[in-house]
Amino acid sequence: MKADPFLTALARLYPSDRLLVQPGQLAPYESDGLTSYRVRPGAVVIPETQTEVIETVKLCHQHGVPFVARGSGTSLSGGSVPVKDGLVIALNRFNRILKLDLQERLAVVEPGVINLDVSKAAAPAGLYYAPDPSSQQICTIGGNVAFNSGGAHCLKYGMTSNHVLALKAVLPDGEVVQLGSESVEGVGPDLVGLFVGSEGLFGIALEITLRLLPRPEKYQTVLAAYHSLEAAGNAVASVVASGLLPGAIEIMDRLAIQAAEAAVHANYPKGAEAVLIVELEGEAEQVAEEYKRLQPLIQDSGAYDVRVAQDEADRQRIWKGRKSAFSAVGRLSPDFIVQDGVVPRSRLGEALAEIKRLSEQYALRVANVFHAGDGNLHPLILYDGREPGALERAEQLAGEILRLCIRFGGSITGEHGVGLEKRDYLPQMYAEADMDAMWKLRCAMDPKQIANPGKMFPAGEPPALRMTGLHPLERAGLISRE
Amino acid sequence: MLQPTTVEDVQKAVRESTRLLPRGGGTKPALSTPTDEVTPLDLSALSGVLEYNPSEFTFTALAGTRVAEVQALLDAHGQYLPFDPPLTKQGATLGGTVAAGLSGPGRYRYGGVRDFILGVRLVDGNGEVVRGGGKVVKNAAGFDLPKLMVGSLGQLGVLVEVTFKVFPKAPAHVTILHSVAPLTEAMPVLYRLYTARMEIDALELEPNGAGMKFWVRMAGLPDALPARAERVRALLGGGEVVADGEAEGRVWEGFRSFSDVPAGAALVKIPVTPKRIPDLEAQLAQRDSMRRRYGSGGNVLWLTTHEQPVALHDMLVGLGLSGLVVFGPPGQARIGTHTGQAFEQRVKAVFDPKEKFG
Repeated sequence: MKADPFLTALARLYPSDRLLVQPGQLAPYESDGLTSYRVRPGAVVIPETQTEVIETVKLCHQHGVPFVARGSGTSLSGGSVPVKDGLVIALNRFNRILKLDLQERLAVVEPGVINLDVSKAAAPAGLYYAPDPSSQQICTIGGNVAFNSGGAHCLKYGMTSNHVLALKAVLPDGEVVQLGSESVEGVGPDLVGLFVGSEGLFGIALEITLRLLPRPEKYQTVLAAYHSLEAAGNAVASVVASGLLPGAIEIMDRLAIQAAEAAVHANYPKGAEAVLIVELEGEAEQVAEEYKRLQPLIQDSGAYDVRVAQDEADRQRIWKGRKSAFSAVGRLSPDFIVQDGVVPRSRLGEALAEIKRLSEQYALRVANVFHAGDGNLHPLILYDGREPGALERAEQLAGEILRLCIRFGGSITGEHGVGLEKRDYLPQMYAEADMDAMWKLRCAMDPKQIANPGKMFPAGEPPALRMTGLHPLERAGLISRE
Repeated sequence: MLQPTTVEDVQKAVRESTRLLPRGGGTKPALSTPTDEVTPLDLSALSGVLEYNPSEFTFTALAGTRVAEVQALLDAHGQYLPFDPPLTKQGATLGGTVAAGLSGPGRYRYGGVRDFILGVRLVDGNGEVVRGGGKVVKNAAGFDLPKLMVGSLGQLGVLVEVTFKVFPKAPAHVTILHSVAPLTEAMPVLYRLYTARMEIDALELEPNGAGMKFWVRMAGLPDALPARAERVRALLGGGEVVADGEAEGRVWEGFRSFSDVPAGAALVKIPVTPKRIPDLEAQLAQRDSMRRRYGSGGNVLWLTTHEQPVALHDMLVGLGLSGLVVFGPPGQARIGTHTGQAFEQRVKAVFDPKEKFG
């Protein structure tokens, strides 16, 4: 950090145990869930109050120092990778649930609160917080807000954005704004909607008002095994055409199943080329009727083994295999890239065939896990970072997959955000005028462009060093990627 | 009045005019009636569904398309717009619905217009066409401009094209009606319904004497509905059941159409939460010209008044609430508190630097 007066000012704001400057202290903040990038920040601060966050942002603005707000560092798009010599504002200790009004189905939280802890707090009243990214045991609401995180139940319940009612935020120039209200309805442009998913470029959320939902009374989770990926895909088409609206429709291919089996022994059917998970949820009577319709569809879809979760433990086992799939791939390969493209659901089959072809062309294995209900693909590109040129080849293959998603009329990201990883592809998805409008918005909120620079938009400093292998938290089993 | 038939026409109109007010079907007169020196830009001729593939659960249409036209198309494929757009029989358009940010009673179950819009194309204040969002059901790329347009009242640009997510339509419905009095008894009933582990499709309340009348709608597979309706009755402490059919549909069409608003009266949308109801009732019941309906489980107050809506401004500010005048005189659509104004001004300066829109 070149600006000494800046550090001196920070030291007035933070005790030494919450202002980190030594290389050893900075190391844990150098990377996030996009493990192939590593950048050393100039300093890390660990605020515990709103005032500290606001004052820190004001100092950054005053001194022109770039900052990156960070929760648990699980971003898969490199959204929380630091800026070289910039400041990391680590929000894990800014993590109180400020208000829990269960009657009104509301929670007001600070950004460092962990996703799953909101549901835990709401559980006694039979409520929950719906968005469920696979990393929900560790990822924070602040990060979810910044990247509009998704999860397996998006088709029916939407993403983070659909569950945030109000925000208090500090903009990158230090102005504090209040957006939205406790009501699900609003007047005037949906500013909360604009803030959510802005990837940290509009500043830092200080207080987040979340909508809670009544927890579904009953889940009916079905796992079906197929001899081909195509048959599983056709089953999805027939479920969708039937008029049912399952809470989740997921597919894993052979390689992903192998990995999950090795990692968590989910006991998926042996020899499957693909497994399909369909989860019905809602009132018991309704779910029972829906299941009567789903069952024959699955039976006729060519599944050679169909299992129905008998109890919650069974259901959790099925989901554990699915939710651990990404990290589990680490058992098959020293390194991998998780992709997050979206294609129109009716073109899933074509997209998978094309990915298979590309995988052969690049001589890199690709495991597929996807939210089939909403066409959100998560190809996992396996490579060995120690092999010269392997990362570059894997990134090229990833790029081809993104271009394929754009060509098919889809999106380069369904739920991970653009971040550092896909910033060069955003201009391929949008026209110049679209990019220009977004860039102007960014500048209107952040005239000095100090909030999370280098994310979402091309340009900015190239990330520095690269590392290989699993993220340290991932290796410890604390995070998983989705 | 300008009536563009192409996106290029809209661009030309924006470039050549000094002040413009985009309008669709004109079903929300307080929002679509131009004041002095403002040129109305009628988008009703920019109409038509561009893409619809039922298996994708999405469609794309020009902004001037009537919602009713889209609904007929969706209905033929067993699908619907879950946010339940209001005033469709009266001619509301997709663009007008988005710009006004209005959702109907059905928004209770799956969310409002903000939760179902996926993509937009708009002409900004410089006459540039800007696209945001996408055409697939899940997309996190770039800033969420589609949501920003919800409730923007045409003040950030002219919507020319929209993409929505749709859902399969439930094959059957049932409505349970019940009155609970006094209000101190009705509130716990509301909370029981609001937090029950049930899938209530719509929940509307209207003051009725000293208490509240509840309308609860359930949707789903026909064989499960009788048992589900019984559960609602148990929570309500009784109730009349209106099974699927014309009478059941009419109840909700009435809400969607605001058919109880007398000619000449103003209609104001006021976002609230359930806990505000007792306080609001205490204040509003005294002003006898006012009718109230609490929509979406007590998340929105639809207030009908014969007073000038502007007269409500101070009361709303006092309560920390904001209002949108839907029916009534034009010129001051937004009353009460204005949260996020500083943020909004920054956005406005980007999309409408020459202040061509409102």
